[in-house]
Amino acid sequence: MQEWANQLCENRQFGSKMTDSKYFTTTKKGEIFELKAELNSDKKEKKKEAVKKVIASMTVGKDVSALFPDVVNCMQTDNLELKKLVYLYLMNYAKSQPDMAIMAVNTFVKDCEDPNPLIRALAVRTMGCIRVDKITEYLCEPLRKCLKDEDPYVRKTAAVCVAKLHDINAQLVEDQGFLDTLKDLISDSNPMVVANAVAALSEIAESHPNSNLMDLNPQTINKLLTALNECTEWGQIFILDCLANYTPRDDRESQSICERVTPRLSHANSAVVLSAVKVLMKFMEMLPKDLDYYGTLLKKLAPPLVTLLSAEPELQYVALRNINLIVQRRPEILKHEMKVFFVKYNDPIYVKLEKLDIMIRLASQANIAQVLAELKEYATEVDVDFVRKAVRAIGRCAIKVEQSAERCVSTLLDLIQTKVNYVVQEAIVVIKDIFRKYPNKYESVIATLCENLDSLDEPEARAAMIWIVGEYAERIDNADELLESFLEGFHDESTQVQLQLLTAIVKLFLKKPTETQELVQQVLSLATQDSDNPDLRDRGYIYWRLLSTDPVAAKEVVLAEKPLISEETDLIEPTLLEELICHIGTLASVYHKPPSAFVEGSRGVQHKRLPGSTESGESESPDTASAAAVSDAPPAVIPSQGDLLGDLLNLDLTPPTTTGPPPPASSGMQMGAMDLLGGGLDSLLGGDLGGSPAIGAGFGAPPAAMPASFSAPVSGGLDDLFDLGGGVGMPMGAYSAPKTVWLPALKAKGLEISGTFARRSGVIQMEMTLTNKAMSVMTDFAIQFNRNSFGLAPAGPLQVLTPLSPNQSIEVTLPLNTVGPVMKMEPLNNLQVAVKNNIDVFYFSCQYPISMLFVEDGKMERQVFLATWKDIPNDSEAQFQIKDCHLSSDAASNKLQGSNIFTIAKRTVDGQDMLYQSMKLTNGIWVLTEMRVQAGNPVYTVSLKCRAAEVSQWVFQSYEAVLKN
Amino acid sequence: MIGGLFIYNHKGEVLISRVYRDDIGRNAVDAFRVNVIHARQQVRSPVTNIARTSFFHVKRSNIWLAAVTKQNVNAAMVFEFLYKMCDVMTAYFGKISEENIKNNFVLIYELLDEILDFGYPQNSETGALKTFITQQGIKGQTKEEQSQITSQVTGQIGWRREGIKYRRNELFLDVLESVNLLMSPQGQVLSAHVSGRVVMKSYLSGMPECKFGMNDKIVIDKQGKGGASDDAGKSDLGGGSGKQSIAIDDCTFHQCVRLSKFDSERSISFIPPDGEYELMRYRTTKDIILPFRVIPLVREVGRTKLEVKVVIKSNFKPSLLAQKIEVRIPTPLNTSGVQVICMKGKAKYKASENAIVWKIKRMAGMKESQISAEIELLPTNDKKKWARPPISMNFEVPFAPSGLKVRYLKVFESKLNYSDHDVIKWVRYIGRSGIYETRC
Repeated sequence: MQEWANQLCENRQFGSKMTDSKYFTTTKKGEIFELKAELNSDKKEKKKEAVKKVIASMTVGKDVSALFPDVVNCMQTDNLELKKLVYLYLMNYAKSQPDMAIMAVNTFVKDCEDPNPLIRALAVRTMGCIRVDKITEYLCEPLRKCLKDEDPYVRKTAAVCVAKLHDINAQLVEDQGFLDTLKDLISDSNPMVVANAVAALSEIAESHPNSNLMDLNPQTINKLLTALNECTEWGQIFILDCLANYTPRDDRESQSICERVTPRLSHANSAVVLSAVKVLMKFMEMLPKDLDYYGTLLKKLAPPLVTLLSAEPELQYVALRNINLIVQRRPEILKHEMKVFFVKYNDPIYVKLEKLDIMIRLASQANIAQVLAELKEYATEVDVDFVRKAVRAIGRCAIKVEQSAERCVSTLLDLIQTKVNYVVQEAIVVIKDIFRKYPNKYESVIATLCENLDSLDEPEARAAMIWIVGEYAERIDNADELLESFLEGFHDESTQVQLQLLTAIVKLFLKKPTETQELVQQVLSLATQDSDNPDLRDRGYIYWRLLSTDPVAAKEVVLAEKPLISEETDLIEPTLLEELICHIGTLASVYHKPPSAFVEGSRGVQHKRLPGSTESGESESPDTASAAAVSDAPPAVIPSQGDLLGDLLNLDLTPPTTTGPPPPASSGMQMGAMDLLGGGLDSLLGGDLGGSPAIGAGFGAPPAAMPASFSAPVSGGLDDLFDLGGGVGMPMGAYSAPKTVWLPALKAKGLEISGTFARRSGVIQMEMTLTNKAMSVMTDFAIQFNRNSFGLAPAGPLQVLTPLSPNQSIEVTLPLNTVGPVMKMEPLNNLQVAVKNNIDVFYFSCQYPISMLFVEDGKMERQVFLATWKDIPNDSEAQFQIKDCHLSSDAASNKLQGSNIFTIAKRTVDGQDMLYQSMKLTNGIWVLTEMRVQAGNPVYTVSLKCRAAEVSQWVFQSYEAVLKN
Repeated sequence: MIGGLFIYNHKGEVLISRVYRDDIGRNAVDAFRVNVIHARQQVRSPVTNIARTSFFHVKRSNIWLAAVTKQNVNAAMVFEFLYKMCDVMTAYFGKISEENIKNNFVLIYELLDEILDFGYPQNSETGALKTFITQQGIKGQTKEEQSQITSQVTGQIGWRREGIKYRRNELFLDVLESVNLLMSPQGQVLSAHVSGRVVMKSYLSGMPECKFGMNDKIVIDKQGKGGASDDAGKSDLGGGSGKQSIAIDDCTFHQCVRLSKFDSERSISFIPPDGEYELMRYRTTKDIILPFRVIPLVREVGRTKLEVKVVIKSNFKPSLLAQKIEVRIPTPLNTSGVQVICMKGKAKYKASENAIVWKIKRMAGMKESQISAEIELLPTNDKKKWARPPISMNFEVPFAPSGLKVRYLKVFESKLNYSDHDVIKWVRYIGRSGIYETRC
């Protein structure tokens, strides 16, 4: 920094003209002292010069706070320029010198009364920037006056000042009633005052998510829309961003707002355009699709979006990131505009990459020829990232548009012929995907691929190639040689390649058993004995076991038909997409992440949602309906590849004595294993071996080794195996549902999460199976819950210690507590979860059985029960029936007790057993029930009383679930 | 909102630093320098997130402007603001350079204080700003003057001040178009569009109300239909009649234009800022006149020689003259020597740019010219093929390739006694090449 200062100094000596840059040059010795003298000089000019020097030093980061009193002394001046400089200094240093800052207060207060509105505004603006408590106190009165100033310039400055003050001391702002004054300013006659008031209120409202501060109603909206036509471009942005938070009452209001917002699409300022697009995208959700206006609006949106692409590159980037979202939500808007996304030779790389993404999204049968021609051009460019992405895009086209697959493959082959190393590798990776989409169609190209085997040095490409060789082993004459060549450096390969190699060789063995026995033994021993990687070891053991027990089954498993890969693996998960649409134009839409992922504190953390279509019922669009269904309903059980492995293990480990087909429900054996790993584990490790009754009962055959393996965790693959095996099944004690898929791989870039909830030894647990169905390794897992009805929160971090390799699953048990933030959810037992890994953040929601919230001390004293029962009015009694239940009352009682539903008393009247039961939720809510069981009648009647009536329905579900399982 | 604004020189030294929010510390200044300016890799995004702080940057020559925030700000607004900031600075002191910034740092701080309050952009029209932010200081303002300033800064017509007087009322309209083309080697148009701007220089007294008309297809069609019935028949018949009217894909306007009026009536009415400003931008894609056609022929003769022949044809009225024509033919990186013969103009091989640059000063319409070159190559063992960048062209023509015509610009000023007829109006059309490329 000093350098250019000195340089300038020289310039000066050489007689360059005297300009302000001279202030950046100061002599080093006694500099502060000299400045002090100058600041106290009588001559105005000299004073001003000195202040300029001080500001220059401040800019380059020198500490000039020692001059504080001297600078403040210069404050009382009628020279506006000097005054502004002093204020600038004050804003920087007041915080570090709070006591001396007080000296400035008087001048501020005086300036707020100045006849010149510019000075009044300057004073109030600056005062708000001085974050010193003592000063803040003095600010209130002047601010109150300025908010009602006759001059709009002062009012608009005061409006922003309220937001500043709120940031320093929120309570003070509320106590002083500034919020109401601010609200009044929304009706101000001056559009700029309105705009600033809106901006300030929106900001304050953001930090009070639940306050109804903005209080948007049709009247205020009307005022805002009027101001919209009149205020500056920036004001228009504030107003539009605020409008976007409003939810119209019905489709007619929605339409009338849209009509008044559309003219903004022709504004020269791209931010105005994008904010208008946001409002329109959001309100459009409420319009019936058959409305003429809906079609008109769709048509109106395309041209401005295209125009954004002729803006400066930085804005193009923002626009493209947003278009990416818009295209996912409403592909129809831009489906005819493919050409504008063609990459220009001198676009900056960040624009190129984004355009490419959108091109793939818009690719369809109609335009695929053009797109492919373009992509082929791009694949010959210089930037490595861009070229790779272009190659990958060709593969995506093949998968997306079936008719083009053949041309894509031949284009890829052409590219492979170029022998450019990274192009070849990328091409091989995508060809593997094409094989998975169109099995047995293009294997003629395998020979070409094999020629390039030696040039592959990236793990992903090597793994892809190995997969291809394994998959088509029977058609490649020298498959064994090829695979063997990889085996030499087995331990130097990355996990991804090792796993793929293991699988490929096993496939090869199953296809050509005679000549490859040696090879398979070699790889199995490498994987199980010489490797420290538990994933690899596990897989090795599984194969080994499979092959040695039942080769036929092995064949069925390993060579099973694979599910076809889907077209769009990189779509943003619908709920996140909806949220991001509500954030069009903002950073969130640039990062494609919800604000909570990058904003600290409470600001902007509340999740925004698109409004649903309104009552104009019959015309509800199927589109939004299905989208809603996806996000609201708990995901259905989809048996998937990952589970297959789990099931398989169970089969293998279950002693022949246990009955029944294993998947997906349960068998005695599994229950044992599960309990041992779940609740039993704690007691086991705690030294209390007898603590878990499940041990003895559960383990027939494989067991002797178990305790040992727990004490010596590294003893081999067995413990890991059990870990895997625990995936399916049901424990002894409390009921827990079988795992369901919560987050399908499709929506989470290949990460699949299935899971269930359970209560074990008094601890609520979330048991999950994470499966990596993507092509790359996943690491850095973390989990977070949204606020929920019972304050459920993770009690510790998500323990996924090893990276999750492709096609691998891992079992995780996450203990939960109930001390997290509470917010009532709809439905009550809904839980919104965010899971992060190295790739992205994913969101899903699931519903937990309320029975897991029943605590162990939920047995009420008889007397208390009676009293409470009487105390709760009869009209809050709920009654329901459980059909088809063939348990005796005692058996039912026992079963319920396992889930902490305690029977307090039982009496028999006319052959009917009346069971009185109680349970307590984690948040202290008691639920009392009376269950009537008539011998021989499969219908139970349960009457329920609770002070919080909304839980009844869920308690009933728990009864049903517990009794029937 | 914007938490802070920094300006750096090319070395990453801070020239201006203004912090608006408490959550932005001094270390943010260094974070940007270390992670972006001094980063080894080329910048991969104009938005960078470093330790939960987001940095937006733009570069003007070798000066970096960075806006910093920790909140979920309106990203488009931040960039628009940064551009605006550049405009304002240019309007005040010319080119944005290290020298100029240092010389005007006090002014810049003053501007930053005015146009950004707590990170919220405020009125940033130079016309308005110049009335009260001057380097001379504002002395001796009367009360009326002061309130005139404030009402203008906050008013509905924030871009124009009252009481402007000219002896001669005059206005200049420039229709500036850049025509973009991407053509395949076979002469097929892959994409073509015109992006145009209407730039106005107005020297008008008072608060004149202006109305601008052009041959917009929608307006012309509407008028045709609205006219007498016999007229309507005629205009229907002549529906595709050449360049009578043009289809505008989209247009955007300066904030002085009443957008709701445009939306409902498609009329462009406004009170213009004083001096030069951009009235509108537009884009067309249909029926574009491509002023030049480039026909490339590249032949590889063995491994060490390339023969290139390029023909250009001008495609407009013979009476018009194109100027500043430049054709840029890329050559491979391993070029050792080039021989060029051209019929017209001058051609040179520029090794540093890996291209043959062929310049022609003037060329009339409906003409043709040709260049042929022999390129000697050094033998290389580089497996990677030469990427063959497209042949690009630059030119300037005295007409609007989109076909846009200004039909009228009417000026009304009811308070002062001058009428539309008294205003001297100048209209000029310039068509320039945007990205005008032909693949070879």
